[in-house]
Order: sequence, then C-alpha cells, then structure tokens
Amino acid sequence: MLTQKILMSAIAGLCFTLVSNSSAALTIEQQKGLDISIEAKKRDLGWQDSMSDMLMLLRNKQGQESIREVKMKSLEVLNDGDKSLTIFNQPRDVKGTAFLSFSHPVVSDEQWLFLPALKRVKRISSRNKSGPFMGSEFAFEDLSSFEVEKYTYKYLGEEELNGLTNFKVEQYPVDENSGYTRRIVWLDTKEYRVQKIDFYDRKDSLLKTLTFSDYKQYLAKYWRADKQEMVNQQNGKSTVLKWSNYAFKTGLSDSDFNRNSLKRAR
Amino acid sequence: MKLLLKSGIKTKLKRSVSSAAICVSMLLAQPLYASETASDLEFEASGNIALEQRYFFNEGLYSKQLSHNQSSVSVEAELYWQWNEGSDSVIFTPFYRVDSQDEQRTHGDIRELAYVHASDDWELRVGIRKEFWGVTEFQHLVDVINQTDGVEDFDGEDKLGQQMVNLSLVNDWGIVDVLLLPGFRERTYASQDGRLRGPLVVDENNVSYESSAGKQHLDLALRWSHSIGDFDVGAYWFHGTNREAYLTPALQPSNSNLAQYSLQQHYAQMDQLGVDVQATLGDWLWKFESIYRTTSFEDFVATQAGFEYSFIGVFDSNLDLGLLMEHSWDSRGEVELGEQGSLMQNDLFIGARLAFNDMQSSELLMGLGSDLDHNAFSFIIEANRRFGDNFIASVDIRLLQSNNKNDLLYSLSKDDHAQISLAWYF
Repeated sequence: MLTQKILMSAIAGLCFTLVSNSSAALTIEQQKGLDISIEAKKRDLGWQDSMSDMLMLLRNKQGQESIREVKMKSLEVLNDGDKSLTIFNQPRDVKGTAFLSFSHPVVSDEQWLFLPALKRVKRISSRNKSGPFMGSEFAFEDLSSFEVEKYTYKYLGEEELNGLTNFKVEQYPVDENSGYTRRIVWLDTKEYRVQKIDFYDRKDSLLKTLTFSDYKQYLAKYWRADKQEMVNQQNGKSTVLKWSNYAFKTGLSDSDFNRNSLKRAR
Repeated sequence: MKLLLKSGIKTKLKRSVSSAAICVSMLLAQPLYASETASDLEFEASGNIALEQRYFFNEGLYSKQLSHNQSSVSVEAELYWQWNEGSDSVIFTPFYRVDSQDEQRTHGDIRELAYVHASDDWELRVGIRKEFWGVTEFQHLVDVINQTDGVEDFDGEDKLGQQMVNLSLVNDWGIVDVLLLPGFRERTYASQDGRLRGPLVVDENNVSYESSAGKQHLDLALRWSHSIGDFDVGAYWFHGTNREAYLTPALQPSNSNLAQYSLQQHYAQMDQLGVDVQATLGDWLWKFESIYRTTSFEDFVATQAGFEYSFIGVFDSNLDLGLLMEHSWDSRGEVELGEQGSLMQNDLFIGARLAFNDMQSSELLMGLGSDLDHNAFSFIIEANRRFGDNFIASVDIRLLQSNNKNDLLYSLSKDDHAQISLAWYF
C-alpha cells in the first residue's frame, strides 16, 4: 500500500508536470528538481497519524511580542491529501476554536471552522491560501502539508548551508491562488530535510525567509524541526514556531476528523 | 431582529440548577473513579469578564424606559473535565449578568452542564447544552433547539441552555442526531425600564401553554446533516413547544387603580421541518435556509437565502473583505403591530466584513437591513480589536428607523445606540 502511494504520487506529479509543460519533455534541471522532491516526500511517507503542540511567537518591528498556542492532529490519507485538526488555545479569546481541513493535491481543500461562542460549525472557503495565519508571518499555505503535485520544479545546483551540503530547488506553485511566484528550497543531500525556504511575492521580489533548525528524528525515520523562524524581509516582522510533544502512530482514525470531533476538540 | 423582551429568570435559574444537580450527581461518580484508577483526569478552567456600556442617543419612546445610559458587567466561566483520553468529558458553563437599569437583564443562566461520551461512530450528550443549526448570517431561521436569551442582545444570537439527551450517530451517509428535550425555557424579555422593546412589557408571570404538560412537555428533534463535495446539507423535524411565544395584550392585576396592560405569553405546540444548504464554490458561499412550521394557529413557510463573497488581500495588503447579501421571506406577509408574524417578511440585508489579519485580530463589520414592503431600515457597525494578550475591546453602533407607526420596528425607532465593551479573557 505504501509503495502504491509513492508510485501514485510520483505518477501524479509526473503527469501534472508533463501536462503543465507545453514542451511535454522535462529539461534535465526540471527532472532533477522533481526527482529530489519525490524523494523528499517518499522519505516522509507512512507516519499514519501525528499529534503535536505548536507555540507561535509573533514579533513586530518594534520588538513587541504576542503568543499563539495551537494543538495539531494529522491523519495521513493514502492517495489523497492529509486530514488535519487544529485546536486553538491562545490567545484566550479564541480558545476552543477549532479548524478541520481535508486537503487535496489538485481539487480544492474542504475546511470547517468551529466557533465556540455560538457552538457553530461553519464551512469556509479554502481559497484563502495567501492570507496570514493568526496574524503571523506564516500564510495558511506555508503550514499545509507538502504534496509533490502542488509545484513544478527546477534544480538550481548544490550549496553549502549550516555545514551541510544542500540541493537548491526552485518551486513554482501550480495553484493560482498562491501568494508566491516561486520558492527556493534548500534540502540537505543526506536526509532530504528542508533547511531553508525563500519566498518570492507576486511581484517576484523576496518576501520572506524561513529557516529550520533543531531537527529530531522520530520512529527512526521521520525528521521534524523543533524550530522554524520566518522573517519577513519587507516589513521586518518575524514569527518563530516551536514544536513540542510530537507523537506518531497514536491510533487516530477518520472518526477523529469529522464535524462531531471538531465540536468537542480540545 | 427579534425583539420585544422580558421574563422570570429566578425561577428558571432554580429549575436549571435542580436539573443540573441531577446530572452532576449522576456523572461525578465517574470522573472521580477514573481519576483514582487511571489518573488521566484532566481539568481546565477558562472564561471571561466583560464590562459593557450602552448609550442611547434619544429619550425612550415609552415612559419608564431608561433615558440614556445603561451599564452592565457579565461573567462567564467554563470548567472542563475530561478522562479516557477525551472520550468522556464534563463541561460546566455558568453565566451571570448584572445590569444597572433593567432588572430583567440582571440574570443568570447555566449555558452548559453536560456529559459527553464519544465513541468511534456515535456520541451521547446528556445535560444542559447549546446546539446551533444553520448557515446564514442575518437571521438564524432553522436554529430551533435553544431558547433566545432576549435581554442579552439585540441580535438574538445569545441562547439559554437547554436540557437534552442527544444521541449522535456518524454514518458514511451523514450524521444523524436524535434529541430528546425535557423541559422548556421561556424567553427572556426586557423590563419596563429596558430599551429595545415594544410599547407593552411582556409579563413573565402571565404564561400559558397549549400542552397540558406545560413547560414539562418532552420535545423531540431528529436531524440529518452531511457534507457532499462542495455542499453542506442539513434537514430536520422538530416536534414540541414553539420557542416563539404568541403575545397578546392582557390587563395586568395591579394594586393601584391604574389599569395597566402587559403582554401575555402563550407557547403553542408546533411541528417544524427545516432545511439548510451551503454551497462553497471558490470565493463564493451560497446559503439557503427554510422552515415550514405548523401550529394550531397557523401554517407558514419562511426562507433566508443569500451569498457571501470574499476578496483575499485587498489593496495589495493582508486585509480580507467579505461582502454579504441575504433576503428574508415569510409566507405570512406583512404584519401590523400587535399581530402575529415575522418582522422579516420581505427584507434585504447587505453587509461587509473587513478582517485586518493583524496581530490584534482587528475586525470591522457593517450591515444594513431594509424592509422592502415599507420604509424601515436598520444599520449596524461592529468593530473589535485585541489589546495585549487577554483583552478584547469592541464598539457597536446600531441605528433603527421606521416611518410607519404600525411597523414593529417603529417601536424601536428611538433606540439608536452605541455600545462599548471591554472583555478580559482568562
């Protein structure tokens, strides 16, 4: 089943790239960029489900800080995008708010929001990918899971970063609602872990830089960075993400990701 | 815009407390036991305290109404226990408000006191709870389970806790909810001192029921809801006590020689079918709600339908702009003052929501409602923003206008007001 998914995503990714390139055949750079991304995805398959706590530290130009605290639950879905449940704990006025998302690589995601004051479940538009997540420097699309089909690729070469040799790959979002024209991603050649991402806005100027640090390996396979720092190069604001309490294969299932579980999420 | 308000809160509170006590004694045995054996009992407390100041621009239309200023403070706490990794939980949400002017607005309620057991494909929820149904914004037509806490606010979105046993079954073809609702809650209405009411005060002590069981009538609801691709659909049948009372003028027994009229509340039995549909198509949300209600007095159909369109990142910024439009229709047509019916028989609503997406979660909401059958409109602006980590400040301005003395909205035409509130969340 696992190999089936790898194969499927590879084929889907390939098909998509083929279709979106009028010349049909990929250049050597495009092929290598795609291969690296497929390999990176392949190394992160099979985790089944995960739980984690996320602490967001928002900082503006004047150095004022604000905290966001969120709990995340994710379910790996074979041959489709993942399901996720995001539960807000801080700031206190949004405590109890929860967000359910069924992501899909090609068709639009399905998203629901639970508003605790009214006890209301609201289906929301998933078009808002470029908007800020809780007032932070992370956009919604920066926090969604990586799927090969979401981009087309171009390999730019190798580069040293933090004492590691990295592949440097340029990614072009397929979705026209993306806030970016392109991203440049550095992945280390040994473990295919993302080390750094440069985001270019719709006018193709450098908007944000995201750096990953304190990688830890779980279940002897899955690498997760404990810390991610996003710096907005245009307005000087930044957001630091700190992850903790990572757990994989905890036994979550489809029934933990429906309207009923959204209403009682904690 | 369901208004005209007042009631009997002390008796109500007492009743919720006694039914709540039964729930607690039933349930508390379990968590205590769990904590001894599994020691995975988790407890969480949170809540908010809010100060609110209203200023009415004009003197009231009716004598005895407060003149300009109305201050109040409210407290809502939420106590939550869970065990068995969240499969079992108890929630307790008491609420209390003290109002400087309107004695009926000084009231308390148990918003929630419920036990929930969640299994893979079913859930059992027992106790006092709040259950919201529907998709539209300007009127919540299909939302039927909880009684409106009318003294709280003008928009009718605040609800009283409702006693229930709710079995929820998750199937591939949708979620089925079976609700048994023992015990009815009477709506809360403003006192004679209060604003935002009609010419006659609703008498909290003059209440009658069609059912011989009175407020002990066991109501029943059955609902199916499902998401099918871009569509979220729900349908239900409700059988029981109508949440909206029929109000009729009656001579109030009085010690003085002055004859005084007040409104008698009569709660009829009803059967109601409801449907709600939302289509989420890209930036468009299409919304539709409809009910068919039959009582011994009348049968009617009402709908609320419209859309919401979102512009993401307007003016090359992080701002999101949502535009809303909804229309209300009611088969009973126009109603004269003092007759039964709906205010929203042919009304158009337009609104705009601006989300700044900043660190302070600043938001601005504007809405305009207009009665297409005659000259009446309402206008609201709501703005709110977070200060520090734990304070939310909001400013609301509501303007109400009507030229027709027979229109229900006319009785509120001197009730234009601004409201400032500061809430501390803990």
